[in-house]
Amino acid sequence: MSEDLLDVQIDGVWHQFPKGTRMIEACRQAGVEVPHYCYHPKLSSPGNCRMCLVQMGMPPRPMPGQDPAEPDEDGHLPISWMPRPVIACANTIGPNMGIRTTGELTESCREGVMEFLLANHPLDCPICDQAGECSLQEFSVEHGKGSSRFRERKVKKPKNVKVGPRIRLDDERCIMCSRCIRFMDEVADDPVLGFTDRGSHTVLTVHPGHELDNNYSLNTADICPVGALTSNDFRFQMRAWFMKETKTIDTNCGTGINITVSARQGEIYRITPRQNNDVNSDWMPDSHRLNYHWINSDIRLTEPLIKDGGRHRMAKYQEAIITTADKLRNFDHSEIAIIVSGRMTNEEMLMARLLKRTLNVKDIDIIPRRGESDNYLISEDRNPNTNGAKSVLGLKDPGASIDALKKDIANRKIKALILLQEDPLTDGAFSAEDLKPLEFLVTSYPLANPTADLADVVFPGACWAEKSGTMINVTGRLQKLNKAVDGPGQTMAPWEILRDLIQALGGGNGIYSSADIFNLLTKEISDFSGLKLEDIGDQGIPFLDTGVTLPLVEREKARIAKGEIVGV
Amino acid sequence: MPLEVPSELEKSIDDRITHYPVSKRSAVLPVLHELQHHFGFINEDAVEWTAAKLELEPIKVLEVVTFYPGFRQSAPGKYHIRVCRTLSCAMAGSYELMESICEKAGIDRSGVTHHDPIAVSADGKYSIEFAECLASCGSGPVCLVNDDFHEEVKDVEGLLKKYN
Repeated sequence: MSEDLLDVQIDGVWHQFPKGTRMIEACRQAGVEVPHYCYHPKLSSPGNCRMCLVQMGMPPRPMPGQDPAEPDEDGHLPISWMPRPVIACANTIGPNMGIRTTGELTESCREGVMEFLLANHPLDCPICDQAGECSLQEFSVEHGKGSSRFRERKVKKPKNVKVGPRIRLDDERCIMCSRCIRFMDEVADDPVLGFTDRGSHTVLTVHPGHELDNNYSLNTADICPVGALTSNDFRFQMRAWFMKETKTIDTNCGTGINITVSARQGEIYRITPRQNNDVNSDWMPDSHRLNYHWINSDIRLTEPLIKDGGRHRMAKYQEAIITTADKLRNFDHSEIAIIVSGRMTNEEMLMARLLKRTLNVKDIDIIPRRGESDNYLISEDRNPNTNGAKSVLGLKDPGASIDALKKDIANRKIKALILLQEDPLTDGAFSAEDLKPLEFLVTSYPLANPTADLADVVFPGACWAEKSGTMINVTGRLQKLNKAVDGPGQTMAPWEILRDLIQALGGGNGIYSSADIFNLLTKEISDFSGLKLEDIGDQGIPFLDTGVTLPLVEREKARIAKGEIVGV
Repeated sequence: MPLEVPSELEKSIDDRITHYPVSKRSAVLPVLHELQHHFGFINEDAVEWTAAKLELEPIKVLEVVTFYPGFRQSAPGKYHIRVCRTLSCAMAGSYELMESICEKAGIDRSGVTHHDPIAVSADGKYSIEFAECLASCGSGPVCLVNDDFHEEVKDVEGLLKKYN
């Protein structure tokens, strides 16, 4: 037995865990669930909900003069069980410790705690927004008494309280676990939440005149185990069990926050952070999370447009492809340039690279998109796949040639521009004057936009939620984007548009899916050689060494090292 | 409106804070006691002032103020009476004592709630609230008037006369 591994018996079975492991984590690793509310691995453990009470035992200590206990044939000492329970969340394991998560003592503790929690909690699950994903509901079924002995009047507390611009609170549902308070104190560094009137009238509240308006406020609704804190954006919009969940990544910035997209019948209702301790821990900023309403909006482009006599007319996708290919043939290869987007996947960038090869074009680049880092999870690089552009397109300094390209357009050296998934007129990267000298402009974008007004052919582009692929975040991690919903009308993902354009220009390629392109990536791009799509998994893999770190993740690692949090 | 704290009081508070070198937050209780002693109660401005003084969010101070019944959130009268209502005193007649004091001092307790326990006489001279055990269970009913302790209180008029 290694010195750092301790023998622990959980429900009669012996396991080994590293010294310092919390009892609740040991149980989890052994596949035994210990119900809990206040404990969260990324926050300090106040041990206030008492739901994780278990029975604990240690080898008996011999009385003076008594012989120590004999180990059994497997070398384990007998356990003498303690008569009172301990909380599994804040206690660490000891050598030869025994833990019982079943049995009379543990079960009666859980029943008792559940009865107390439900004494004042409304028993109206059918009208509660948390129903179906509520720990109180689940543990009540599993560990509760089934009936209440509480005959007194329930304490009335404030309902439908606006605690911040994006959060509403139903204080009667709050079970005082204090996760939200600790999140704001310890992770968001904005300690605006607190309990007042502690006792039988405890209320969760913000200070009078203050607001929970932090850009990470919606994480408190995620970690709320009950229906107390709710997101204004999501509350009462859709039942949890009706939604299809897709694991994918956020594309608002270079961090590539891991998310779960919840959708029903092709409409997105909610985006929540998905745990990835190397990227975003369990959190995400509100601004990223709420930036999805445009996906299902009226300003989506749904049909390809072709300019005829100065006016756009709707066209079939195939016609738009053939028109584009025919027009491009009229130009010399030196007169064509390609601009792709840093929001495109590696697969799409590879297809752009193949189009560049097919057309024998010299100029290809992305439009850089920079902002300020918030020192938490928002990266200053607002393109989610700049590193993909470096790796797949071979750009040393993505965006560096945009100014030269503008000059070439002005000098009429470049006469045709393929501009994919960007709207540079709105973003300010190009002005209408910059694009005016062009003889042929083809664009794709998810939304109606002013750049498309100038274009000769416009493709309705699929957005990030409507396509699959891979991206490389600022730290160099290769992560998977998964399609959550279908795009409207004849929208096509950029990889499809590029594939069909290459084919129409005479380069057959036999590519039918984004996965096919990934296989091609492993052959064409040295960084990707030997890689398999399934190796990437839901959590991504370290891929490039960029030396970039994420401030929130670094702070969390420091807290784990100090033993303040468990961190798993 | 910012709280106006006399320099002498602030000096005394600053001195108290030095007793808690590890965490200023630990000084919340002594600071609040000093402020209540001087101003008679802790209002919103006092909460904000304490929070700024200790570099805390005001909610962290409000948590403490609302937890301890000893901290008053509304202004008491010139003489603040606290009547013990814990078991021994209750059996010895503290509820009757409360009624009698209210009647003689002209205090209307009908507006008293769990969150607003203090009632003040119309002239502002007397205020009253129930308190938990004042640690003299053998001599109930007992009460405190400001910081003076009174045991086996029977003569309410005589008691009030002392504070006029």
